[in-house]
Amino acid sequence: MDDFWAGALWSLKIWLYLIIILIMIPSMFGFSLGISEIYMTILVKTLEVLTHVIFMSLIGLIQRENGSMEKELEELRRSRPKPPVGGDFTLSDCFYFTRQGIESIVDDEVTQRFTSEELMSWNLLTRTNNDFQYISLKLTLVYGLGIIVRYCILAPLRITLTIIGVSWLVIGTSAVGLLPNWRIKFWLSELVHVMCYRICARGLSATIRYHNRENKPQKGGICVANHTSPIDIVILCTDGCYAMVGQVHGGLMGIIQRAMVRSCPHVWFERSEMKDRHLVTKRLKDHVNDKKKLPILIFPEGTCINNTSVMMFKKGSFEIGTTIYPVAIKYDPKFGDAFWNSSKHSMVSYLLRMMTSWALVCNVWYMPAMHQQEGEDAVQFANRVKSAIAHQGGLVDLQWDGGLKRAKVKETFKEQQQKKYSNMVVRDDSSSNSD
Amino acid sequence: MGSRASRLLREEEIEEIKKETGFSHSQITRLYSRFTSLDKGENGTLSREDFQRIPELAINPLGDRIINAFFPEGEDQVNFRGFMRTLAHFRPIEDNEKNKNPSATEPLNSRTNKLLFAFRLYDLDRDDKISRDELLQVLRMMVGVNISDEQLGSIADRTIQEADTNGDSCISFNEFIKASFVVNIHICTVVWFPFLS
Repeated sequence: MDDFWAGALWSLKIWLYLIIILIMIPSMFGFSLGISEIYMTILVKTLEVLTHVIFMSLIGLIQRENGSMEKELEELRRSRPKPPVGGDFTLSDCFYFTRQGIESIVDDEVTQRFTSEELMSWNLLTRTNNDFQYISLKLTLVYGLGIIVRYCILAPLRITLTIIGVSWLVIGTSAVGLLPNWRIKFWLSELVHVMCYRICARGLSATIRYHNRENKPQKGGICVANHTSPIDIVILCTDGCYAMVGQVHGGLMGIIQRAMVRSCPHVWFERSEMKDRHLVTKRLKDHVNDKKKLPILIFPEGTCINNTSVMMFKKGSFEIGTTIYPVAIKYDPKFGDAFWNSSKHSMVSYLLRMMTSWALVCNVWYMPAMHQQEGEDAVQFANRVKSAIAHQGGLVDLQWDGGLKRAKVKETFKEQQQKKYSNMVVRDDSSSNSD
Repeated sequence: MGSRASRLLREEEIEEIKKETGFSHSQITRLYSRFTSLDKGENGTLSREDFQRIPELAINPLGDRIINAFFPEGEDQVNFRGFMRTLAHFRPIEDNEKNKNPSATEPLNSRTNKLLFAFRLYDLDRDDKISRDELLQVLRMMVGVNISDEQLGSIADRTIQEADTNGDSCISFNEFIKASFVVNIHICTVVWFPFLS
């Protein structure tokens, strides 16, 4: 019996040493031994050979033809004589609205952004298997092998790494926080932050490709990016140090937040303070005006979107009047779905899903800095930045608000449509009787 | 597993729906996928709130009437069969569709049935007549607050006057068909129903 425990302890030690030497230390210092690259290549080759299909996304395959209201109503009314007085209405006008309505029931631009992206072919993960049935014995065998590899080999490895990374983050930042405010404190704090995030990134098997690093955000600016999941933070912070903005949480998140703030200033708000927009703006302004402080990282969408599109940017961060550094993040859906559907999965179950995917592959584009131009208000500026990010990342640029995930759409949009239609009914009455 | 379909669609059901509505196999599975993604309560039926959650539908002036068309009289839930039956009205008309059974009922997407769908949008109390009041209410939905009561009233009066042939100040379905003047019925068609090869 003793032998068993001795053996177990011994193998655990070997396991930890291997992890530290092969994974942790290289990642801490920013170089790679090439193991994960080999893994990726093998993985992609296997998947492509087995499924014989090139991966495609289903988004964008369905093209809706959207004639304008005027054009379609003209078409509807073509055959009827125009009445001399009283407004231009036909019973068949309802067809236009009916068709729009039914089209949106069949497929709409917004609700699909809040669930995971559908793939054209299966990437051998259980969770993406919705419509595919049993195909072949070979495929099922490889799928079973994949499950063993993912759950029994990769997942424990990643969980170990993440635990090491997070605990090191808490301990390291608290330790640095004890130092007095010498210059070396800032340097050490950045070092600790970046190292820990790198370990966490390894813990998710993240392979990140950075583009245009010369545009990296500088101190005193605000970095904005599209939001897919909390992992975005890990992705960005492996390459630089940012000040975070967010709500104060309890529990484990709260411990991490308090530890981080000891070593360098972040901007954490109480839940009640977030409602007060002036307070929020003021604190952010104070932070950016202090040139020694790190650039702020903000996700203006305000909620997680499924990485096929960019939704409306809230104007708050664009009113501060400082340099904006846009960043586009695009995940590769072949290897795993990075989107956090917060109504479906809790944070813990989401992280476990991440750790049992094949890998996390993403591209990060740093884009040139943007400033608010003369005569441009915050909303227009926000839209301009959003379009740039969407264009760079190959995402759909939507005007809809990400808040529609939970909230109802505003009545004003309906009123706009009603007004437009009314103009078509009474437009020729401008000179004749209308009271 | 967290799969989106709380239960899979059986082959027999797909065949039945195919016969009743004329949708293809892949269209049915795709629309079932859509149905389950709208079904937040995961109980196999949709309520009015589930439809309201679609922003583009919520801002449609006739959104409430369209949603209502899915629900049979007095019911608050619609199952997948009912969902497909209603959507079938909007399939394109196939003029060369061979009628295998001469005594079979008219297909759901026939011209007449499309017009019936539109008629029922106006006929709020489902008594097979469109009264002046009902027409006014629907007009009000479409124009919002931008047209005065008097003007709207005169528009309604004119419409009824033109369409009404038997003098009962209401529009029956036959009068509606004649008055619709819809030469291009394709307006009432959703031609791009999603398909997978």
